[in-house]
Amino acid sequence: MKKLIIAFLLATVPLVVVAAGGGVHLDAANINLNDKASLQNGARLFVNYCLSCHSAKYQRYNRMARDLGLTDEQVKENLMFTTDKIGDTMEIAMDPADAAAWFGTAPPDLSVISRARGVDWIYTYLRSFYVDESRPFGVNNLVFPDVGMPHVFWDLQGLQRAVFNEHDGKKVFERFEQVIPGTLSPQEFDGAMRDLTAFLSYVGEPIQMERRAMGKWVLLFIGVFFVLAYLLKKEYWKDVH
Amino acid sequence: MSMMKSMVDWIDERYPLTKVWNEHLAQYYAPKNFNFWYFMGSLGMLVLVMQILTGVWLAMSYKPDAELAFGSVEYIMRDVDWGWLIRYMHSTGASAFFIVIYLHMFRGLIYGSYRKPRELLWIIGVIIYLVMMATAFMGYLLPWGQMSYWGAQVIVNLFSAVPVVGEELGVWIRGDYVISDATLNRFFALHFLLPFLLAAIVFIHIVALHKVGSNNPDGIEIKKGPKGNRWSDTAPADGIPFHPYYSVKDIAGVAGFLFLFALVLFYAPEMGGYFLEHPNFEPANPLKTPEHIAPVWYFTPFYAILRAVPSVAGSAFPGVVAMFASILIMFFLPWLDRSPVKSIRYKGMLYKVLMALFVVDFIVLGYLGTQPTTALYKLMAQIGTIYYFAFFLLMPIYSKLDKTKPVPERVTK
Repeated sequence: MKKLIIAFLLATVPLVVVAAGGGVHLDAANINLNDKASLQNGARLFVNYCLSCHSAKYQRYNRMARDLGLTDEQVKENLMFTTDKIGDTMEIAMDPADAAAWFGTAPPDLSVISRARGVDWIYTYLRSFYVDESRPFGVNNLVFPDVGMPHVFWDLQGLQRAVFNEHDGKKVFERFEQVIPGTLSPQEFDGAMRDLTAFLSYVGEPIQMERRAMGKWVLLFIGVFFVLAYLLKKEYWKDVH
Repeated sequence: MSMMKSMVDWIDERYPLTKVWNEHLAQYYAPKNFNFWYFMGSLGMLVLVMQILTGVWLAMSYKPDAELAFGSVEYIMRDVDWGWLIRYMHSTGASAFFIVIYLHMFRGLIYGSYRKPRELLWIIGVIIYLVMMATAFMGYLLPWGQMSYWGAQVIVNLFSAVPVVGEELGVWIRGDYVISDATLNRFFALHFLLPFLLAAIVFIHIVALHKVGSNNPDGIEIKKGPKGNRWSDTAPADGIPFHPYYSVKDIAGVAGFLFLFALVLFYAPEMGGYFLEHPNFEPANPLKTPEHIAPVWYFTPFYAILRAVPSVAGSAFPGVVAMFASILIMFFLPWLDRSPVKSIRYKGMLYKVLMALFVVDFIVLGYLGTQPTTALYKLMAQIGTIYYFAFFLLMPIYSKLDKTKPVPERVTK
């Protein structure tokens, strides 16, 4: 019996886990949420390029002003096109039903998209549009195949072609090739998309910078409390041993 | 007579205040050799209180409405003063609760705290665990994200797999043919109610504990040992008053726990997608099934067992039975263990190895439950499921075969 049990146990040893892989390789976004200039540039790109089809309906303009180190006036004059009330959230005028008819699906609200997809995904997605004549808008996306969204940054990035290789009968992505240059160099475009990704990360959780800054004081307080509690325990327990 | 004393006397004539204080704290003699594992009980109560308090405050701004629920959570995160902290305390608290309770159960498992005379204490504990799971499951629907929705859909469909009455049962639970606004409303009502029920059962758990007395890492009954210590001539020699000795010790434990808790809360509230799943930041969409539906980590070992069992005649019912059986089998543990000793300290190598493998098995099942099924993973989950049940069902045999060591008379350090 004992041998049988042990034999069974040995059979379970291969249970040691191998991680599952798969999916497209994502580039690291390397955003810096303490870089106010980066967040401000991201906000500029967001309201100019995204905020006509995509809303961020939980994000208030005045909250953004405060968190990004801008005045209400600066936001009103430069970043607010959809409303004239600074306390409003980033809504859009487009009707979701119309949007669904135009794009095949209504563009999602982007308030918490960075938390749903992750910043690396967004950063890579924004830079991975490529020419594909079979699609309604003439572009496809490597990270999000057959996406309904057009390449809104084509003037900045230009257009690129995807080069695929055959591997065991499967199409494997190799690299992008610039077809038409954009107004920004590839490095500048990457920087712009990094700023936009940073802004989307901020919008996903506006409190996050404050949360991290606060954390160390909370930990310090609890740490001191722990030391005192431990010393108190030691003092009492002198009786026991 | 001082003011305080006369007030206590006044109360004592009408309510057993001093009596309860003494019986359960100042003159409740607990074994003096508690170790790290014995922090978990008091931490469990701490987390329960924290969940109830943060939950009540969340309910002040939350809207149990399919149209508004997702937005109201974001409203709490952004516009309610300290709402983000309350919400993260609650979401981190849910996972912390299960971590603490799993460690608490594991403590009971290795030191034989379920053995006579603590069978009922253990059974009440398993009931607490079941109510906790129900509470957590219903609470997870409330943010109304994609995982909330589809997770609930999958779990409620389990009940629909019951032959004959299944369909009706599913509709009865949901209040609809799919998870809907009606489901959200009732889950919110029950998620608010169950924690108070939980608190009541925890009270009963403690009453049962204080009737039989605490077990300890040596698995020795201190009440059967010699009498007399520095506080009382009749109390067990190896016992010390719970208050102040364990109350001050538990305060240090609380501080240690809160440190780790704050570390997660302030620096990794999503815990890499395990405490807050990424797809749950997408609002529930009944028309869009996610590619991969995984329950939150604390349910995944049982979810892996569910998926490991093959369907019979197109019905997933056998898997459902296996999943519920994997939890209900815990009720029988006190009668499955036939070892002459309680604590793992005096059990033999056979038992120790099997116990270690059980831990590995539980963790591996938990991992597999988070992953999409592949042929390899399914096979692993099947082996894991067999081992899970074998650990319990073969216990009467191997606990007797095991070569135990002699148990000392008195507790060790």
